Amino acid sequence: MSQSLEAYLVLSALLFGIGTFGFLARRNAIAMLMSIELMLNAVNLAVIAFGAFTPALAGHAALIALLVMAVAAAEATVGLAIVIAIYRNRRTPLVDEYASMRE
Amino acid sequence: MQLTVDQLLVVAMLALPLLGFVVTGLIGRRLYARAWIIAVPIIIVTWLIGMFIVYQALFAGAYGAEGLRFTLYEWIPAGDFSISFNFLVDNLTAVLLIVVTTVGMLVHVYSIGYMAHEPGRWRFFAYLNLFMFSMLLLVLAGNFLLLFAAWELVGLSSFLLIGYWYNRRTAALAAKKAFLVNRVGDFGFALGIFAVWTTVGTLNFVEMPGFGPGAFELLPGQLQAGAIDPWMMNGIALLLFMGAMGKSAQFPLHVWLPDAMEGPTPVSALIHAATMVNAGVYFVARSSNLFAHAPEAMVIVAAIGIFTAILAASIAFTQRDIKRVLAYSTLSQLGYMFAALGVGAFTAAIFHLLTHGFFKGLLFLGSGSVIHAVQGEQDMNRMGGLARRIPITHATMLIGSIAIAGIPPLAGFWSKDEILAEAFLLHFEWVWAIGVVVAVMTGFYMFRLMGKTFYGPSRVDPAVEPHVHESPWSMAGPLVILAVPSVLLGLAIGFPPLDGALHHWLEPVFHDALETLDIHHHEFQLFGLDGLLMLVGATAGALGVAGAVWLFGLLRVRSPQEQRVERLTERARPLYRASYNRWWFDELNDLIFVRIGSLFARALWWIDVRIVDGTVNGIAAVTQRTGTGIRQIQTGRVQNYALGIAAGLLVIAISYLFLAR
Repeated sequence: MSQSLEAYLVLSALLFGIGTFGFLARRNAIAMLMSIELMLNAVNLAVIAFGAFTPALAGHAALIALLVMAVAAAEATVGLAIVIAIYRNRRTPLVDEYASMRE
Repeated sequence: MQLTVDQLLVVAMLALPLLGFVVTGLIGRRLYARAWIIAVPIIIVTWLIGMFIVYQALFAGAYGAEGLRFTLYEWIPAGDFSISFNFLVDNLTAVLLIVVTTVGMLVHVYSIGYMAHEPGRWRFFAYLNLFMFSMLLLVLAGNFLLLFAAWELVGLSSFLLIGYWYNRRTAALAAKKAFLVNRVGDFGFALGIFAVWTTVGTLNFVEMPGFGPGAFELLPGQLQAGAIDPWMMNGIALLLFMGAMGKSAQFPLHVWLPDAMEGPTPVSALIHAATMVNAGVYFVARSSNLFAHAPEAMVIVAAIGIFTAILAASIAFTQRDIKRVLAYSTLSQLGYMFAALGVGAFTAAIFHLLTHGFFKGLLFLGSGSVIHAVQGEQDMNRMGGLARRIPITHATMLIGSIAIAGIPPLAGFWSKDEILAEAFLLHFEWVWAIGVVVAVMTGFYMFRLMGKTFYGPSRVDPAVEPHVHESPWSMAGPLVILAVPSVLLGLAIGFPPLDGALHHWLEPVFHDALETLDIHHHEFQLFGLDGLLMLVGATAGALGVAGAVWLFGLLRVRSPQEQRVERLTERARPLYRASYNRWWFDELNDLIFVRIGSLFARALWWIDVRIVDGTVNGIAAVTQRTGTGIRQIQTGRVQNYALGIAAGLLVIAISYLFLAR
């Protein structure tokens, strides 16, 4: 374990940036869900790092991290189910084709 | 709540006609020719109850000077504002009940014969019962609002009955006209009631058991304490009088009554001669304690009354339709009553209301019998010589005509003479002078009607001539019965003058008002001013009758002088035309309200379409255009939205970094 909090935060920021970019740039719905997972985990990493370097926050950090993981799992489940349902309907995983709500 | 027998009977008197209306209205169609089988017996029972109440009030004195006052239930409870369904049966109400129930009952019986050939007559009888209910409620009501409700109900029944032949365009238009003109009056009436509420704080006429003092008891005190401005008082009186003007067809709201003759004749007799049109007179008399405190308003009442009297009499001179002559005559007599109210002769007004109710009811029913005899013809130029063909109708109508002309000792003489004499003695000499002229005119136009209808050679359509016949007994009977009070009523209750039974009955009712006006009872002096005035009144009537007999004939005594009539008409051509065209009041109204009114309405319409609608439509258009523009943002692509979120997040983060430090 590195002794520097900044290293963890930089890594977390990088992961978050990659996730954001992936979410905005990829057209595939599955890839976008994966990007969201990446962002959530980046945040999780930052939270755990804060917990590890500040003993007073350790308990809270672990709790938040567990909560985020649960939410991430739930989000992945529901998200994938929706994507599959749409895919069956539209025969495409590409989100820019899902524009029938526009008019 | 426990009601006494008398109170129960008062309620029954209202409930029975209402029941008759509902039942006849619901199942009348199945009764076919016997549509009257429920409606008429119910009114006969109502009449019997009415007579009992009248006996209790006037002869037995069971209700005392105060009258029978009771509350059925609280009608509108709303905080401080509380209106009850309460009744006031004093001597004034009882006197009105005499004419309302009696004429009402006779007209119902008469209608059995008159409407016998009419399909859909169940509707007629249902409406007639509704009218009886409304009219009885009107005279029994113990507060302004209940009276107003009844006031509107009689207006509704009047509307329904004028428009009874709704597929006849003129009848439908006449019904509409009556309703609209009455709205003008009711507008003032409603404002007057509001004003009474805001100034006095109660709408009860007098103190009701358990409800504190009424308006007429509170008003004098408040006026004295300066809580009410005297001009406010005059304003209230005039606003209330406006309602009376509409219902009793006084100038300038008189235009609806002659047109109302489009309804069946029994309706004209009951509603537009004997009862409903008297509502205005009754109301002003009921509010005598209010009007007495508004002396300026009373002068206006007298002026409008006497002006209507002479105006209508002048129009009655030349009308050809037998019912229209009678309609204008009604206007003229109502004018007399208002003149009497205006000068402070309340008893004389009610006296005339009573006698007029009977003899004018008789004349209208008689005219109905004439019209029935000549198969629906109403133009007097196509009548003539009917005296021997329909003797009962002729005899009873002759009695009615003598009564209205004011020839002693028939009923009309006593009441009309009392009005004129009182006007003179109370120093309204101008009212008296015009009244005497109207008396001459009344005698003239009534005997013109008699002459043209009954005497001289027949001008009846040759096709109809052989079928002229006397009416059945259901019609002739009421005529004979009505002829009795037309002869005797004046002697029975108005003799000796100023000291008859009626004067004693009404003395407690008008006592306070007369006290306020500082009018005191005086003894009638036959060999003094009173006797002289009476002589003048009788002479005036006789003069008019003589003039008409001279021109239009009487029985076999004198034959009509048609050339002479022609010559006289020719000499006064402009006057004749003015009279025949009713002084162009309908045309004037047409000009003011229809032509000029429609110009004004069109201007308003332009404002509505261009400015009001323009504003609304403009706002809508701007909203729509803005929406179309902003809608471009909504691409429907998830990633565009996500970019927005990310950009927003970035802005927040950056501003936190650079600004919050």
